[in-house]
Amino acid sequence: MSGLTRTEVAHVARLARLRLSDEELDLFTVQLARILDHAADMQSLDLAGVVATAHPYDLINVVREDVVRPSLDRDVVLAAAPDAEDGCFAVPRIMGEEL
Amino acid sequence: MNATAMAERVRRGETSARFLAEESLRAIRARNEELNVFLHVDEHGAMAAAARVDDAIARGEDPGRLAGVPIALKDNLCQVGVPTTCSSRILEGWRPPYSATVVERLLDAGAVPMGKTNLDEFAMGSSTETSAFGPTRNPLDPTRVPGGSSGGSAAAVAAGMTPLALGSDTGGSIRQPAALCGIVGVKPTYGLVSRYGLIAFASSLDQIGPFATSVADAALLLEVIAGHDPMDSTSLPEPAPSLVAHLDDGVAGRRIGLVRELIEGADAEIVTAVERAASVLEAAGATVVELSIPELRLGLSAYYLIAPAEASSNLARYDGVRYGLRVTDEDVTAMNEATRTAGFGAEVKRRIMLGTYALSAGYYDAYYGQALKVRTQMRDAFKRAYRDVDTLLGATTPSVAFTFGSKTNDPMAMYLSDVFTIPTNLAGEAALSVPFGRGEADLPTGVQLLGPGRSEARLLAAAKVLEDVERGS
Repeated sequence: MSGLTRTEVAHVARLARLRLSDEELDLFTVQLARILDHAADMQSLDLAGVVATAHPYDLINVVREDVVRPSLDRDVVLAAAPDAEDGCFAVPRIMGEEL
Repeated sequence: MNATAMAERVRRGETSARFLAEESLRAIRARNEELNVFLHVDEHGAMAAAARVDDAIARGEDPGRLAGVPIALKDNLCQVGVPTTCSSRILEGWRPPYSATVVERLLDAGAVPMGKTNLDEFAMGSSTETSAFGPTRNPLDPTRVPGGSSGGSAAAVAAGMTPLALGSDTGGSIRQPAALCGIVGVKPTYGLVSRYGLIAFASSLDQIGPFATSVADAALLLEVIAGHDPMDSTSLPEPAPSLVAHLDDGVAGRRIGLVRELIEGADAEIVTAVERAASVLEAAGATVVELSIPELRLGLSAYYLIAPAEASSNLARYDGVRYGLRVTDEDVTAMNEATRTAGFGAEVKRRIMLGTYALSAGYYDAYYGQALKVRTQMRDAFKRAYRDVDTLLGATTPSVAFTFGSKTNDPMAMYLSDVFTIPTNLAGEAALSVPFGRGEADLPTGVQLLGPGRSEARLLAAAKVLEDVERGS
């Protein structure tokens, strides 16, 4: 068993910026534990000397020539934003306390 | 009419792109309410694209290899100005400021995009049931799912709404719905088709590929969309391979491996279909050997840590700042949380949670790290197999199309429907599903052909042998 706890699930939800209801916490604790239990077949393997594969092929640092190319129009991009002001994305206050 | 024939008739002036687009719109209107295939029908854009093709013909120009052929696009592919949702509330109403490279290539080849098709939310699912906009129904039996995640695209082709469609395949999301809807679906070699403008799910696994009613049409569509793209840094640095020219190469002299782990646990009718496919390929001149690749059994476990880990990172961008939904709250962090909580559905949240856990301090090595090592073992196991044979054969899915709700309460049961397709994505190699045989309730079954990277021409030629026998030609 993975031994996943409700407290750990609540912690992960905070890391993932998700708010879970009590029912969702209960359900996800059971469901995620079941998925992690399935992965136990993998965990019992001794893979100490095996190199990890993060990507299907071995490309490293693909670069292009350093030339200026047109990019997306700023007004078009900002038009898709929920809120914009003075040519920038606008968001609620970031500081935790009144300045 | 198939796509190859349509394009030829349009190029010869025997029919018009506008007529074909109108026919497609009629077919969509006839069944879309019942089946929920298209989330957005781009009638205006389609008629404009068709008119451009007809105008080019009138000027004596060649509009391209897909002249006037209607095509459906999975709604995780960006087309400038056309609503793109990934079947998620978090992107509802968003219109991309640019088009995917595949969409540009389709338009350059004279194809006519008809609209955007339903999928599991952010392509996470195997039935389209996780779509925020309701499931798609299987045109062959509307009480059953079309498969997923590219269920809408598969259903569009199976229902005769469009002869071609594009989907994306991260763990089987093209091959599985193709099998369940009785059509051809190809998951190309990683990097063969540009991912620029494909909204990311798991970037090291995602690949765009074709749906079609015939092997020849799938080959034609793949040729049009493949080839290097400087906008995708993981794009293979080479032009599109020649596929259509090799369709009739046959399988004489080929060595094909029937893989035990790729039929294990499948319905009896599906095992029978795969064994019959082996006989057909043997009769056509191939040598078929049975073999075992035990590492494939670990694919599901590795995939369901790697894909959610990448997804949790990719989906961090939906923060309510730059596009899509924003739910206001007192500060930025609260706004991020409120937006994501309201915008994502249960399956997306489950996978973000799983991925975040697998990447978090204290668990990274045990889960994500271990999964990446299993991925290496999987690649090595395929490589060893390909020293002895050049193509692998198995089932695409363990069962035929299942009924709605039969797997939604148990995520593991749903994940198991991708057990035969996942290994190819982990290895970054090529595979396809071709309709072959019938299963439960006389529904179609798919046979899967797998090969190393860049083996598409060979796989399509073998699929053509099976298709010819199935069609009695």
